[in-house]
Amino acid sequence: MKELLAIVMAAILVNNYVLSQFLGICPFLGVSKKLDQAAGMSVAVIFVMLLATAVTYPIQYFVLNNLGLKYLQTIVFILVIAALVQLVEIILKKYIPALHASLGVYLPLITTNCAVLGVCISNIDNYLVEQAGFGGGFVQAMFNSLGSGLGFLLAMVLFSGVRSRVDKCKCPECFKGMPITLISAAIVSVSFMGFAGIVENLLG
Amino acid sequence: MKNNKLQILTNGIIKENPILVLILGTCPFLAVTTQASNAIGMGAAVTFVLLCSNIMISLLRKVISDKVRIPCYIVVIASFVTLVQMIVKAFLPDLDKALGLYLPLIVVNCIILGRAEMFANKNNPLDSALDAIGMGVGYTLAMLAMASIREIFGAGTWFGIELPVLIDNNISIMTMAPGGFAIFGILIAIINKASNGKAIKKKDFSCEGCPSAAACNGQNCAEKREAAAK
Repeated sequence: MKELLAIVMAAILVNNYVLSQFLGICPFLGVSKKLDQAAGMSVAVIFVMLLATAVTYPIQYFVLNNLGLKYLQTIVFILVIAALVQLVEIILKKYIPALHASLGVYLPLITTNCAVLGVCISNIDNYLVEQAGFGGGFVQAMFNSLGSGLGFLLAMVLFSGVRSRVDKCKCPECFKGMPITLISAAIVSVSFMGFAGIVENLLG
Repeated sequence: MKNNKLQILTNGIIKENPILVLILGTCPFLAVTTQASNAIGMGAAVTFVLLCSNIMISLLRKVISDKVRIPCYIVVIASFVTLVQMIVKAFLPDLDKALGLYLPLIVVNCIILGRAEMFANKNNPLDSALDAIGMGVGYTLAMLAMASIREIFGAGTWFGIELPVLIDNNISIMTMAPGGFAIFGILIAIINKASNGKAIKKKDFSCEGCPSAAACNGQNCAEKREAAAK
């Protein structure tokens, strides 16, 4: 239990996907203007990350590793994620239109999001141990995905707050738009550096 | 005609530099630019994938049906990325370690899918190849510039060569995550200033820079805008 909590905490605070590993920068900069959009996008990301891990991890373990096809990982994962996202969108549209109305618009955007593919690949790299069997790393991988997704949510929500203030401020003409957004992202990122070591000290 | 070809080639290097003007493919740009040598390696890998996939997609542009084009592009791109991964693992294990996760993530790099959609599926293989080289060189140069700034001031070295004075006075935050964001912002601001705001086509995110613009044709954003208006 402690181990799983440590994985989630580390993924949210220390190895935050957006602010310390630079994955998923496009939505981070693009969709973070309004709080509700930022939150909607992040919830969709959490959902897809969990789903993608739940599907790609067994595929890697039972199919690719078993048949000696490890080198096909990149192709298989991206196609599986793309197909999965489409499928989920169709299902949501048909059966849960209310949820589709709030999350659906973000789903196609996530297909080519590097954070989702990134979390799947890093789960395989970090938690899949051949000798430990399927259960040996699957739970940890799922919790890592959950933590990474929550970290994305935290970064998006915090940054949308910062950004709504920054957008109202006066700044030099050449800094308007992207440059000032990136510099405020840098400052938000500094604050996350303060979390280094927190997991070891709290739970170690 | 010759001029035209030259224009295609230089377009990606200066006028439509993928990183500094179009602001595409920012994730690896920020992540691997801590060392100049990594930037060159990543730039070369992206250029190779871009060149191969652009030629391939351009050759197949009449074969691929319009409805399934995006999945087809992804398969083509993913195949070449796998090829690059294998080559780098076999011959350059150090680079493989340094780039790590970001090497397979070239698959989702917006530049490659973006060029396939915006250029390769409308033009002949030669033009597409020139476009890919231009874009690739522009990407590599931008990465090199960024990585040089971060390595020289952050670590006091350049391509691993220790520089006098700077090595004792390094500003290590520049090689860390916040430095990446801040220097990128300042670089764009400088280019903005130098060109009187003409260079930066989009001061904000629009479909042009959206990774999935290719797939959605603005529908998602239109829906979103409507939802926001309500």
